[in-house]
Amino acid sequence: MTLFREKNCLVCHAKIEPVVTWTSVFLYQKETLICDPCNNNLERISGEICRACYRPLDKQYSRNDLCLDCLRWEEEPEWQGVLMQNQSLYLYNDYLKEVIAKFKYRGDYLIASVFATELAGKMSLGLFDWIVPIPLSQERLYERGFNQAEALIVQAGFPATHLLTRLHAEKQSKKSRKDRIHLPQVFQLNPNESYPIEGSKILLVDDIYTTGSTLRHAAKVLKANGAREVHSLTVAR
Amino acid sequence: MRFALQPHLIPEPLLSTSQLTYKISEIPTIPEPSFNPSFTFNPNLQRHLSGKQLLLEDLPFSLEEIQLHYQNGYIAYRPALKKTLEKYECMRCGTKDWQWFASYPCSRCGENCVYCRKCIMMGRISSCTPLICWLGPSPQENDSGASEPLLHWQGQLSQGQEEASRHVVQAISTSTELLVWAVCGAGKTEVLFKGIEYALTKGDRVCIATPRTDVVLELTPRIKAVFPGIEVASLFGGSEDRHKYAAITISTTHQLQRFYHAFDTMIVDEVDAFPYSMDESLQYAVQQARKPHSAMIYLTATPSQAWQRDCRVRKRQYVTIPARYHRQPLPVPVFLWCGNWEKQLERNTLPNNINTWIDQRLKQGKQVLVFAPKIRLMEKMLPLFRQLHPKTEMVHAEDPIRKEKVGLMRNKEIPLLVTTTILERGVTFPNIDVAIIGTEDAIFTESALVQIAGRAGRSAQFPTGDVVFFHHGRTEAMVRARKQITTMNQQGLKRGLLDR
Repeated sequence: MTLFREKNCLVCHAKIEPVVTWTSVFLYQKETLICDPCNNNLERISGEICRACYRPLDKQYSRNDLCLDCLRWEEEPEWQGVLMQNQSLYLYNDYLKEVIAKFKYRGDYLIASVFATELAGKMSLGLFDWIVPIPLSQERLYERGFNQAEALIVQAGFPATHLLTRLHAEKQSKKSRKDRIHLPQVFQLNPNESYPIEGSKILLVDDIYTTGSTLRHAAKVLKANGAREVHSLTVAR
Repeated sequence: MRFALQPHLIPEPLLSTSQLTYKISEIPTIPEPSFNPSFTFNPNLQRHLSGKQLLLEDLPFSLEEIQLHYQNGYIAYRPALKKTLEKYECMRCGTKDWQWFASYPCSRCGENCVYCRKCIMMGRISSCTPLICWLGPSPQENDSGASEPLLHWQGQLSQGQEEASRHVVQAISTSTELLVWAVCGAGKTEVLFKGIEYALTKGDRVCIATPRTDVVLELTPRIKAVFPGIEVASLFGGSEDRHKYAAITISTTHQLQRFYHAFDTMIVDEVDAFPYSMDESLQYAVQQARKPHSAMIYLTATPSQAWQRDCRVRKRQYVTIPARYHRQPLPVPVFLWCGNWEKQLERNTLPNNINTWIDQRLKQGKQVLVFAPKIRLMEKMLPLFRQLHPKTEMVHAEDPIRKEKVGLMRNKEIPLLVTTTILERGVTFPNIDVAIIGTEDAIFTESALVQIAGRAGRSAQFPTGDVVFFHHGRTEAMVRARKQITTMNQQGLKRGLLDR
């Protein structure tokens, strides 16, 4: 009987005390994967947000529901409308930084399941034709052992379609915003597969939206190859 | 990573033609090429890897070079994860509990890989990961001629220390196990000096391991000072000595997980301290880090009940130092019943006897250290204590200025310090009285109580101090702790280690 077995938090490994109530006896309950303190450390994005990138808006630094960063992107004809809309689950606070580092750099794959239910709520194969992970270069993929964006899609219960591949380049996290925007294109259509992209609606998935440069570069390749709309979904913003 | 078998292992990236490959955990016995004495090995690789078990990512050497050392019998590949029937075992941290394992589609071997989540912070170990260790000769220390004494220490051992020190030397010379059961304030570290010197002159590698980083930080300068000519590596999370090959290694038990068959003499300080006593993987790490034929010295003031029993029935070799170096008996705790103190605290009052006891001391200008079981209750106590003296402070593990407060207490700028069990060991305040409020709480185990009582009367100038356990119902642990202390005092008297 595993109904009230003690479990450990997937992130901090503390014991999760099973709460036994009449409801939990008779009704199916959503499985708790992380403990309450960890759950409270996750800051869900809410309130007024930028309609393009999902960043919480500060009145001072925004215009017409757009943050200034997105405004700058949209002002450039080259980038206008490339990325339709980004959605994110949580603010990239110190806690989430640690969790994502453990997931991505230490390679603790199981952590992807912490976000699975929430991400699945925003993925849908009715709305999107393809759900596409931001690819890693061959070298980086070997080093990490898995692609974190693909892990997020698969754990959410959706098929990950590799429409894109990436050329090996320096790590993004070591670059400034300016460097990132004026990046040479590192993505290309996956030469090993051919998918009917023409006129399709695509959801790009990644772990973090920082400047939006990665996602926009990937979206640009897809748009250039005929995609109708490209949206994106990340865990952190 | 995958390996071809032909008949020795060849890592997949080094194969020129495609052939059948396996995950290392699927290969039942790993072939070990015979040792080639005429092979010129890389001395940098030797210093880096000797006595360790590392992942390929931890080695700044090319795969070709590593493979060459393997083919000549200087390096072994071991599966990092072992599968037995339906169970997995992590060979680095020893974890077997299924809850710590998970799996992922691995791009290194192209299959689903099981990995260990317990020790993942030291680099992921999965079923296709090889652990790499050194089989070749150990680095030779250019010894400056053993004619000069290595130990530079002017101090004098007490009679009890002297006796224990002799046993330590003997255990090291015969590569056996020994428990040194020394009361708080006996001077455990000095007892090791002779033994370490003996091991070093033999050319042995010595390790002092402890569960606590602060003990590593405190021990390192002391050991360096008494062994000035000897290389000392100090290992804790984030330390710089990670790749240093040294004759003496002082390490947290956690950092030992990277070592394999490295030490001829292993000394574990504070065996009963958290987290070593609770975490089986740390005990596994200590066993992995010592050579199969090596000496093992355990130091503690408070062995567990199981170990005490082993000592009584002579299943475990041990030596006691029942008296402090200043030859005064240990303060014996007094039990005082204080009623339902928690309930009183809810009404913002303290039991009368606690109030009077503390007030008396503050009026005499004597410093008091008060232990309490829960932070929430300590926060309730604090304003009440501040009515007795406004400069009262409290500390707990999460306190960002904990070190500063302990420093202020040491400088006598805080008259009354309320603390959780974090200050139960390792701290010395010269002239204090000690009280516990709520001694009946389960957090105050026998060893915690002995340690707490051991905070009083530590200095030679002030060798006495009062210890009071305020309680709402006495516990087994309290009785055992007091018994342990009185037994040690009797033993000290009998062996002539106490004045009086």
